[in-house]
Amino acid sequence: MLVSDIKSRPVYQGLRFDPKARRHLVAADDEGAIAVEALAGEGGDTFARNATVLYTGRDDGRARIEALKTDAVYVTPTVPTLLTRLDVILAAAGMTDRLYVAGDEGFIGQVVALGMRHGIDHVSIRTEHRGSLQRRVQCVHCKGITEGVTTSIATCAHCGLHLIVRDHYSRRLAAFMGVCADAEEPGVLPPVEEIFK
Amino acid sequence: MAAIAFKPGTYRDDFTFRNSEEAIRHFPFPFDKDSYMYAVNIEQHMPGPKKSATEFPIDVDEHYVAEMADRAMVLKEDPLRCQSQPHMITAEWDLLELLMSSMARDYPEHFALLRDGDRWHWINRPLGIEHRFTFGDTTTLPYGPMEYITRQCQGDFCLLDQRNDNLWMDAGIVTTQADWSLDFNLGMDFMEWHGPVPLAHDLGVFDRALKFLLNLQQGRPVRRLNWTMTVNPRLDTSPENYHKWGKDRASVTPENVGEKVHLRVELQALWRLPRSNAIVFSIRAYLIAMREVVTVPKWGRRLHRVLESLPPELVDYKGLTRYRDYTVAYLADYDDGAPTSPGFGPD
Amino acid sequence: MSGGVEIRVRVAEAEPVADGIKRLRLVPVDGGHLPVFSGGSHIVVSMQDGERRIRNSYSLMGSPRDTAGYEITVLKTPESRGGSIYIHEHAKVGLELTISYPLNLFPAAHRARKHLLLAGGIGITPFIPIMAELDEAGATFELHYAMRSAKLGAYADRLAERYGRRVRLYRSDQGQRIPVGDLLSNQKLGTHLYVCGPERMIEGVVLAARAAGWPGENVHLERFVAPPGGDPFKARLARSNIEVEVGPHTTLLEAVEAAGVDAAYLCRGGVCGQCETDVIACDGTLVHNDHFLTEAEHKAGKKLMICVSRFKGRELVLDL
Repeated sequence: MLVSDIKSRPVYQGLRFDPKARRHLVAADDEGAIAVEALAGEGGDTFARNATVLYTGRDDGRARIEALKTDAVYVTPTVPTLLTRLDVILAAAGMTDRLYVAGDEGFIGQVVALGMRHGIDHVSIRTEHRGSLQRRVQCVHCKGITEGVTTSIATCAHCGLHLIVRDHYSRRLAAFMGVCADAEEPGVLPPVEEIFK
Repeated sequence: MAAIAFKPGTYRDDFTFRNSEEAIRHFPFPFDKDSYMYAVNIEQHMPGPKKSATEFPIDVDEHYVAEMADRAMVLKEDPLRCQSQPHMITAEWDLLELLMSSMARDYPEHFALLRDGDRWHWINRPLGIEHRFTFGDTTTLPYGPMEYITRQCQGDFCLLDQRNDNLWMDAGIVTTQADWSLDFNLGMDFMEWHGPVPLAHDLGVFDRALKFLLNLQQGRPVRRLNWTMTVNPRLDTSPENYHKWGKDRASVTPENVGEKVHLRVELQALWRLPRSNAIVFSIRAYLIAMREVVTVPKWGRRLHRVLESLPPELVDYKGLTRYRDYTVAYLADYDDGAPTSPGFGPD
Repeated sequence: MSGGVEIRVRVAEAEPVADGIKRLRLVPVDGGHLPVFSGGSHIVVSMQDGERRIRNSYSLMGSPRDTAGYEITVLKTPESRGGSIYIHEHAKVGLELTISYPLNLFPAAHRARKHLLLAGGIGITPFIPIMAELDEAGATFELHYAMRSAKLGAYADRLAERYGRRVRLYRSDQGQRIPVGDLLSNQKLGTHLYVCGPERMIEGVVLAARAAGWPGENVHLERFVAPPGGDPFKARLARSNIEVEVGPHTTLLEAVEAAGVDAAYLCRGGVCGQCETDVIACDGTLVHNDHFLTEAEHKAGKKLMICVSRFKGRELVLDL
């Protein structure tokens, strides 16, 4: 489990099976598939019969997911196409259905934000962090999102400013805050370190 | 009450903002002793002494017109500074009522509110606004209720929804902030939006404050003071514009400390709102230049001692690293070592 | 003043609405306006019954926009500590009382896509202003209201008339029950469930919601209970250095107040947490009746919510 002292960062409690839920809606990317495997192990047949799994990512994860023989599986080519499909599924979902998500932080954040747009309380969504510690970063200046940031200083993919990644996370935006790194002395940047691997 | 003589002044570019002698006396100096540490310094928002910043629940001062002009400029450049989630509309009307009724009651020379059931008539003389509208009907206002009234009221305002034993920042207008972003914090709970504040979490300050605020009662607003420092009298020290104002911090020299470095005090007040059960959190920023601070001998002495003994985490968090030493050196000339009296006010 | 700002009011109307149920309309003595309130709010009503000061909490049930007066409904409960009996026997037009500012511990969830309201008996009262608010805002809601008989169903006809198909009535004397299981099984995402009624009904609905797979975040309970009586006991107040005796029908908080000690309170129903008091010494058993402290805190025995909780044993010392 990801242990962090960043107060605004969500706590990812792990994918505990909810035996009371009628349907299990599960989203996973890459290594998230390992968490889904464990969830399926905990939920047994009840889970398999009532689970809809959406997956995007590497083939090894895909094989793990397909081996679970759940009621429905959708493998999508990208995160946005996964979210498009989940959006429609959630529009028809009810209070007795449970949403689970496992994967890297940016992926979890986007699925949780989508669930919230359908009226789900974020606390009701079961989450597990798996895989890279790379961050989704919002540039506070131009508001653009830069995906997959692994370094303490990153270049904004939209406006090109050098951003220092603050330890402050927004659930609404599913992103950490990026703030201009050389505002006080333009051109003078602290050393770049790879810290979010 | 005598009418306020509104002063011209800018908070950007040529920075012509200055405090009159009266405004210096009005300033809510935040230190009641010679050192500083976080505390749950919440007190009832009761009327303070005459001519002080807390004489009335909503303080209007000589900078009113200039501040409203600055807010309009910020919003024109960046409309994301004012956002409200749809479920906060009732709280927006509550806020409009609170601000209009307070301003009209306490500053009748400048504002008037005539209510006939839901038909309201609002007059704002300093800004030359007169408008008739239907309370509760958003189509009768040119902006949403929160934006409409806060374009006419000094201070930032956040509307906090209460649910699941927490407070959620679900609406606000924030144009005079000390380096935090409404757009980023929108939708966060109380602990989350205070996340970046160092030390205070471990002291349990936020747990106690939240517990207190969840039971905040209608008719019993509370307040607290917070402070930081700002180079130049700039109200909009937002992260959004940090790449534009950040270099100010490197512009302080021993020669210009008195002019450039400002103590920035936030008078924060919280009210329980009646229709929505939400809380409004108002953050009113006051600026005072070092050369203005030292005109009150006790404040000059005390600020020198506070800054000198400030813990390094706070120096960093408040962004003072580059110019604290210059400021301490400047203030040292005004600290004769004499004891200071307890309390906030001048001797 | 420990309970906050108080307002003097006069009873302007007092009428029976159903068997053992009385509605009061309270207007400010000074003729002004009362504060606007939000649906689900309650007030604390202070009554002077001879030597005794009784303070009870009642849900506000009038229109939230009516600031000329507040309305409350009081069910006569013979086993109570006397507040409801006092109102049924003495609250006639003209009687003066003191009330607190409104406090809301049962607000509507403003973000809900749909509100499903379940009321049992007198538990209907907080829903009356909540529905008025939801209706005004154009929100989707449904009320399911269970009563023992038509005679005991306060305001049922009025509500059915006003809200039409959005109100369903169930009479247990005709064998009708709220079909909770069915109701919960097919609600769309974003639905919030509220229940107010007898403790047994609340427990039943909570269990049904859990069984149906509802997340707890979407279930809201009006928990707030009339303080139960019990065996008399004594408590020593360490800071005031006095001992108080708590009778079978009074609460610890009332005994503390009667002794002239100013203790903080708000809801007087074991929910808000304001009267949390540190236990300095306890030789006996704390009887926790509140819904504020966690189970672990109840077990630890370091804190007591003196508005509803009691004590059995030899000695109790409180930090008051």
